[in-house]
Amino acid sequence: MIPTPKLSHLTSEDYNDVYEPAEDTFLLMDALEADIELIKKLRPSLCLEVGSGSGAVITFLANVLGNSALYLCTDVNMRAAFTSLKTGLANSVDVQPVLTDLVSCLESRLQEKVDILLFNPPYVVTPSDEVGGRGIEASWAGGTNGREVTDRLLPLIGKLLSRTGLFYLVIIKENIQDEIEEEMRRQGLHMAVVLSRRSGPEQLRVLRFSRASDPVPVH
Amino acid sequence: MKLLTHNMLTSKFMKGVVKGYPLGIVASEVKEVAVDYNPDFVCRMIPKLEWGSLCSAADSIGKLGDLPKELPENIESNQDFLKKVHHLLMEVEVISGNLICPETGRKFPINNGIPNMLLNEDEV
Ligand SMILES: C[S@@+](CC[C@H](N)C(=O)[O-])C[C@H]1O[C@@H](n2cnc3c(N)ncnc32)[C@H](O)[C@@H]1O
Repeated sequence: MIPTPKLSHLTSEDYNDVYEPAEDTFLLMDALEADIELIKKLRPSLCLEVGSGSGAVITFLANVLGNSALYLCTDVNMRAAFTSLKTGLANSVDVQPVLTDLVSCLESRLQEKVDILLFNPPYVVTPSDEVGGRGIEASWAGGTNGREVTDRLLPLIGKLLSRTGLFYLVIIKENIQDEIEEEMRRQGLHMAVVLSRRSGPEQLRVLRFSRASDPVPVH
Repeated sequence: MKLLTHNMLTSKFMKGVVKGYPLGIVASEVKEVAVDYNPDFVCRMIPKLEWGSLCSAADSIGKLGDLPKELPENIESNQDFLKKVHHLLMEVEVISGNLICPETGRKFPINNGIPNMLLNEDEV
């Protein structure tokens, strides 16, 4: 088992403003752990987490892969970006946070360069006018079908992923997996369900997308 | 913000900006940290870099040293060169200052080592 990153430097005050690692966070880490042999085999050198919040997930990945990759992460929440930086430091890994909307300031330079791309988005179904903030509400508010934020990132994935790149996305049932699969298929990306888990009312899933239909999974 | 990260940032997402690259750096605080040297990583990162942008970034914070303006050949066997690149990419951190859009002059502040590339509401 790969240990979860040390988070004891974070206080309840931090979690007033920053998403506290929860079932969805841990499911994404578990999915990465389940895929870890595959991920290592692809020898990633550029990893990017969109919406890193506490930084737990990108730090987890950096812990496993070590100093053989660049770990970039983005958020719209200033306190989240700072927390991601601190979480990296507390775990002796280098995490590079940037405040930007999704991948805005990275998109044009990272074309076909991202080996591992992660997104645990704000996926909760909410009124549309709750979407677009930069505080704690941006952690969950997903608007219609809980997809308004995710849907802005999906069309970019095909261009960002390297030849063997992998994209991991957390969804809940209400996000309509079939529609996501269809959008990604249009970009020539194949989908696999890595893990599913029920947590209270949420039926969580981690999806993985790749150019090859079989990215040589070993688990 | 490491210079490696800076190498990946653009302001192309702004309305009317064509390339938005490379972003200028005006640093008010620069720090050097020790990072384990991994030659394999440096070798694999070099093809992903815009070399000219790294040179101008290093120059703008006074860290260019004797780094060649053109990427030399046979870098894999050139440990001396790889160590210099490692130092620039991984060990030099801009803690505070501004990134500057080359086309509009828009300043993006860097605070606590984190570049803020978010736009204000009236800019989107
Ligand atoms: C469900 S939380 C996940 C946080 C963390 N990755 C985790 O797994 O615990 C969603 C994160 O996405 C961020 N976010 C929301 N909208 C965003 C956007 N447009 N661009 C970048 N980050 C965004 C939120 O601030 C929040 O940190």
